[in-house]
Amino acid sequence: MIGVALKGLASRKLRALLTAFAVVIGVSMISGTYILTDTMQKAFDGIFESSYAETDAVISGKQIVEGSTSGSATVPASLLAKVKSLPEVGAAGGTLAADEANKSEIIGHDGKVIGGAGGAPTFGLGHDAQNEQFNPLELKSGDWPQGDKQVVVDAGSAEKGDLAVGQTIKVDTLGATKEYEITGIATFGDVDSLGGATMAIFDMPTAQALLHKEGAYDGISIQAKEGTSPAQLVKAVEPLVPSSLQVVDAKAQAEADAKETNDGMAFIRYFFLGFGAIALFVGSFVIFNTLSITVAQRTREFATLRTLGASRKQVMRSVYIEGLAIGLLASVVGLIAGFGIYKGLDALFVALGADLPKTGTVLATRTIIVSLLVGTGVTLLASILPARRATRVPPIAAVREGAELPQSRVASHSAKLAVGLIAASLAAICAGIFAGVSTLGVVVLLGGGILALFFGVAMAAPTMVKPLARLVGWPGRRTGGISGELATANAVRNPSRTASTAAALMIGLTLVTVVAVLGAGLRSSVEGAVTDQVKAGYVLNSPDDVSFGAAEGDAVAAVDGVTAVSHVRTDTALVDGEESDLTGIDPKTIDHFYAFDWVNGDDRTVPSMGIDDALVAKAYADDHDVKVGSELEIVSASGDKRTVTVRGVYDPPAIDQMLGMVSITQQAYDESFPQGKNRFTFLDAEPGSEQALMAAAKPFSDATLYTGAEFPREYTSGFADFLNLLYVMLAFSVVVSLFGMVNTLVLSVFERTRELGMLRTIGMTRRQARRMIRHESVITALIGAALGLPLGILLSALVTQALSQYDVSMSIPVGMLAAFTIVAVIAGILAAILPARRASRLDVLDALHYE
Amino acid sequence: MQTVVVQNQPPQASSSESVITARGVIRQYGEGDTAVQALRGVSVDIARGKLTAVMGPSGSGKSTLMHILAGLDRPTEGRVEIAGTEITDLDDTALTLLRRDHIGFIFQFFNLLPMLTAAENIVLPQKLAGVKVDSAWLEELTAKVGLTDRLTHRPSELSGGQQQRVAVARALVSRPSVMFADEPTGNLDSTTSGEILALLRDSVDTFGQTTVMVTHDAHAAEIADRVLFLADGEIVRDLPRCSAHKILETLEEVTRG
Repeated sequence: MIGVALKGLASRKLRALLTAFAVVIGVSMISGTYILTDTMQKAFDGIFESSYAETDAVISGKQIVEGSTSGSATVPASLLAKVKSLPEVGAAGGTLAADEANKSEIIGHDGKVIGGAGGAPTFGLGHDAQNEQFNPLELKSGDWPQGDKQVVVDAGSAEKGDLAVGQTIKVDTLGATKEYEITGIATFGDVDSLGGATMAIFDMPTAQALLHKEGAYDGISIQAKEGTSPAQLVKAVEPLVPSSLQVVDAKAQAEADAKETNDGMAFIRYFFLGFGAIALFVGSFVIFNTLSITVAQRTREFATLRTLGASRKQVMRSVYIEGLAIGLLASVVGLIAGFGIYKGLDALFVALGADLPKTGTVLATRTIIVSLLVGTGVTLLASILPARRATRVPPIAAVREGAELPQSRVASHSAKLAVGLIAASLAAICAGIFAGVSTLGVVVLLGGGILALFFGVAMAAPTMVKPLARLVGWPGRRTGGISGELATANAVRNPSRTASTAAALMIGLTLVTVVAVLGAGLRSSVEGAVTDQVKAGYVLNSPDDVSFGAAEGDAVAAVDGVTAVSHVRTDTALVDGEESDLTGIDPKTIDHFYAFDWVNGDDRTVPSMGIDDALVAKAYADDHDVKVGSELEIVSASGDKRTVTVRGVYDPPAIDQMLGMVSITQQAYDESFPQGKNRFTFLDAEPGSEQALMAAAKPFSDATLYTGAEFPREYTSGFADFLNLLYVMLAFSVVVSLFGMVNTLVLSVFERTRELGMLRTIGMTRRQARRMIRHESVITALIGAALGLPLGILLSALVTQALSQYDVSMSIPVGMLAAFTIVAVIAGILAAILPARRASRLDVLDALHYE
Repeated sequence: MQTVVVQNQPPQASSSESVITARGVIRQYGEGDTAVQALRGVSVDIARGKLTAVMGPSGSGKSTLMHILAGLDRPTEGRVEIAGTEITDLDDTALTLLRRDHIGFIFQFFNLLPMLTAAENIVLPQKLAGVKVDSAWLEELTAKVGLTDRLTHRPSELSGGQQQRVAVARALVSRPSVMFADEPTGNLDSTTSGEILALLRDSVDTFGQTTVMVTHDAHAAEIADRVLFLADGEIVRDLPRCSAHKILETLEEVTRG
C-alpha cells in the first residue's frame, strides 16, 4: 500500500507540491522565528558573559525603582579606595553604567545625532585604563581615549555616520556639546552595535565630569584575590557598603541583567510564533480541502482497490501515507525556508531602527524537531477526515460511473452541529473577554473560542454558499456574459467544497479586519482623549513617547515668538511603596494647556499648588483610597524621599492620560530628580514662528515638535506602525489560503475535463473558458470576504464592548475594509491564473474521450 | 408467447461441483410504494471450471445478479454461498478477505491504477494480501496474455485491448475460485474483443478458471459453456453452449416476451 500511495503522489506532482506549500509557509515562519530568537539569545548571552568575565562582585546603587530612567544612587570614589585595601580584593575599579541617565549623543558630520531612533539609547561611558579586565568593550581599531579631548565610538555608529579614527566630531553629553578627536572604534564583544544603541567612550575622569558624576561612579567592579571565592568576597565587602548601595556577586548581577533581555526575547518569540501558528492553521484547512477533493475524485480507484481485496484500513492508510509524505516534504522545505524568514525578520528590525546583535546563526536541534513535528502533525491531522471518507467507498463504486460517496453519519447533522459549535465558541469568547479570569484563562478561552468559531462558520458555510455566490457573483454575471453566469452556477455546484476553500481565506480576512477595526477604534479613542485633555499651538514630544531631556524643552521655549510654555516632567517613582508614573507640572502654566476634569478641585487648585502639594488621577485615588488631604510618600530612583499632600483629584480619560497618576510641582520634582526629563513641552506662539520653532527642535534625536493640529494623529503613529506589522504577519496566512484556492481550482478543472471539452465543442472560446474559471475564483474569494469581514467586525465589537470602561469607541474603517475586499478580488484573480490557463489549453478531442 | 420461467437445477447438483450457489435471491431498492425489485427470486448454481454467461436486456437485473454473486452487493432476501461460505451475513472485513482469496474481477472500463506499470497492476492483489508473488506463475501468465514486453508501461501508454489484458492477468494472478467479467468487451473494437474473449476461454480451458461473464454481446456469450438469460429480475432461459445466432434469437425472444 505504501508503494501505491507514494506512486500516486508522484504521478500528481503538481498537486502534491501545491498542497505541500500550504504547510511550508507556516513551518518556515516557525523555524525562522526560532532561528532568529536563538541567534539573538546567543549573542546576548555572549555579551552578558563577557561583561562580567573577570568580575567576581559588583557594588552598585540599589535599584529602588525598576522602571526609572533616572539613575540609581552613585558610588563615592572614597569607597573604591576602602574596597581596594581589603585583603580579599585582587583588583577593583570604578565603572559608569550603560544607563539611560548617562546620555551622550554623537553628532555626525551632517549635524544630526547618530542613532537614537526608535528609542535606542545613546550612552556615554568611561574607560578605566588601569582595569582593562573590567572592560566589556574591545577595540576594533585605534587606541583608548586619554584626556578630555579624545573619544572612542562604537563600531555601529562609526558605520552609520562614516566615522573614522582621527576625525573630529561633536558629542553632546547631558546638554553640553564639545568637540573630540576619535582615537578608536570599539565593539561590544563580537557585536558591532547593541540594538542600535550608540556609545561614546571617554577616559574615566572626563566621563565623570561630563556626566556630572565627579568623584563618583555608577558601580565598582571587584576581582577577588586568588583563592577567595565570590561569596567570601561579597561577605568581606558588605560591611563597607552604605545602605543606599548594594554588593552582589557578579553571577547574580549578570543574571539580573539578562533577565530583562530574556523576557523581551520570549515575548518576541511567542509573538512571531503566534503568527506562524495562524498560518499553519490556515494551511491545515487547505490540506483538508485538497485531500477531500482528491479522495472524492479517486472514488473509482479506491473502489477498485477494494474489489482487489484491499481492506478499509489499507485504503485509509494509503491516504494517511500521502498526508505523511506531503507533511514531511513540507516540513523539510519549511525548515530551510525558515532561513529566508529569519533574514526577512532581521531586515524588518533594522528598518524599525533596532538592529539586534547577531553572531553565528543558530539552528538548534529543537528547531529542527519542532518544525518536522509541527508540519507533519498538522498535515496528518488534516488528513484524518479525508482518510475516513476514503474508507466509505464501497467496492461497487468500481463498476458504477459517477458513484457518489455515501454521506457520513455526521454530515446529515452538520448544520445543527455547526450552529452548536458557533454558539459554544461565542460563549467561550465572551467568557474570555468579559469574565474576570486569569490571563491564562483568557488566552485559552479566547484562542479556543476563536478556533472553534472558525470551524463552526466553516461547517455552516455550505448553506450560505448559494445566496452568497448569487450576491457576489452579480457583477460577474452583468459584465462577464455567459462565463460569469456559468461561474456562479459552478460555484454552487459543490457548496461544501466552495465553502471550505473560501473558509481558508476567511480566516486571514477575519483577523486583518479585527486588527483594522480595533486599531481604528483604539486610535480614534486615543486621539479623542488627547484632544479632550490638551489644547496647544505646538507640542514637543518624543516620537515613541519616551522622555526627552529637559534642556531640549527649554531650548525650544527660548525661541522668539513663544507666548506661553509649560513643561511636563516625567519618570517612574515609588509612591507609597508602589511603582507609579510621576509627573512634574508647572502650576503657573499648565492650566493654559491642560484641561483638568475635576472630581475634587477647581480652577484655583493648580495655581495654588506648593512644593509639598500633589494631584492624583481618579483611578489612583479609587485604587488606593486616597482623597484630598491624604499624604503620599515619594521615593525617587536615587533614594530621595519626600512627602506630599493631595490637593486635588481629577478624572482623565482612561484610555490615555497624559499626566502621570500622581503629579507634583516641577520645583519639587527637579529637587528629587536632578536629571530632568520631559514627557511634553506645550507651547503657544505667534503666527509665523513655526519655522523658527522647527529649526530649534531639528537637532534633537529624541524629541519632535508637532503642531497642535497634527499632534493627536502623530501621537498614535507608533501604534499605526505596529498595526502595519500585524498586517504583514497576517499576510502570510492570506498567501497560504491563496494556495488553497489554486489547488481547488486546478482539481476542479481536472474533474470537469470532459465537461469543458463539451463546452468548447459547442462554441465556448478559450478566452471565455479562462474568464469562467477566473470568475469562479473571484466568487470563492469574495465569499471568503463576505464571511470574514462581518465576522471580524463582530469580534471587534465584542472586544470594544469589553474595553468600554476605557471609553474605546467602535470605529469602522470603511476604507480599509474596502481595501481588504479588493485584496480578496486580486487574490481570486491571481489564484485563477494557472487553472484558467489549463482550462483554456484543453485539447478538445482528448477531453471528450476523458473518463 | 408466455415467458417460460425455469428454475435452474443442474443435473448433478452437488455443491462440490458449484463454486457459487444462490437461493431465492431478491434484491429490492426503495420501500413501500416506490419499491423496485431488480431481482425477484433467483436461484442458480455456478459450475466449477466452466464459463457461465449472463445475458439480458437492460433493466433485466443481470448486473445486479453479478454484483450479488460477487459479494459486491447484498441481497434483500435469499442466500448466497461462495466457495462454501455463506456471504449474506458476513461483515465487511470478512467479505474483503473472501474477495482477496476467492474472487477476481474484470471491468468494462479496465479500472487499472494509472500510476502503476502493467506489471505493478498485475501483482497488486497479491501485494495487498501480503502474499509473495510466484515469479514462474507470473511469467506464464504474462506470456499467456501476451504482454511480456509491455510490462513496464503505464496504462496511458497501452491500447484498450492491452489494458484489458493487464486486467485479465490481474484477475487471474491469485488463481481465484471464480472470476467475474462485467462487460469485458464493452469498450473494445471487434478484433480486440475477439482476442480478449479467446483469452478468457483459454484460461477456462488451460487453468480451469471458473468464470462468470455479464454481457450484452452475443459474440461474447458464444464462448460460454452455459448462457443464462434474465428478464425482469428472473432467469427465463438457460442454454448450453450455442451459436451467436441462437443467442441473438433467444435474446430477442426474452426481450419481447
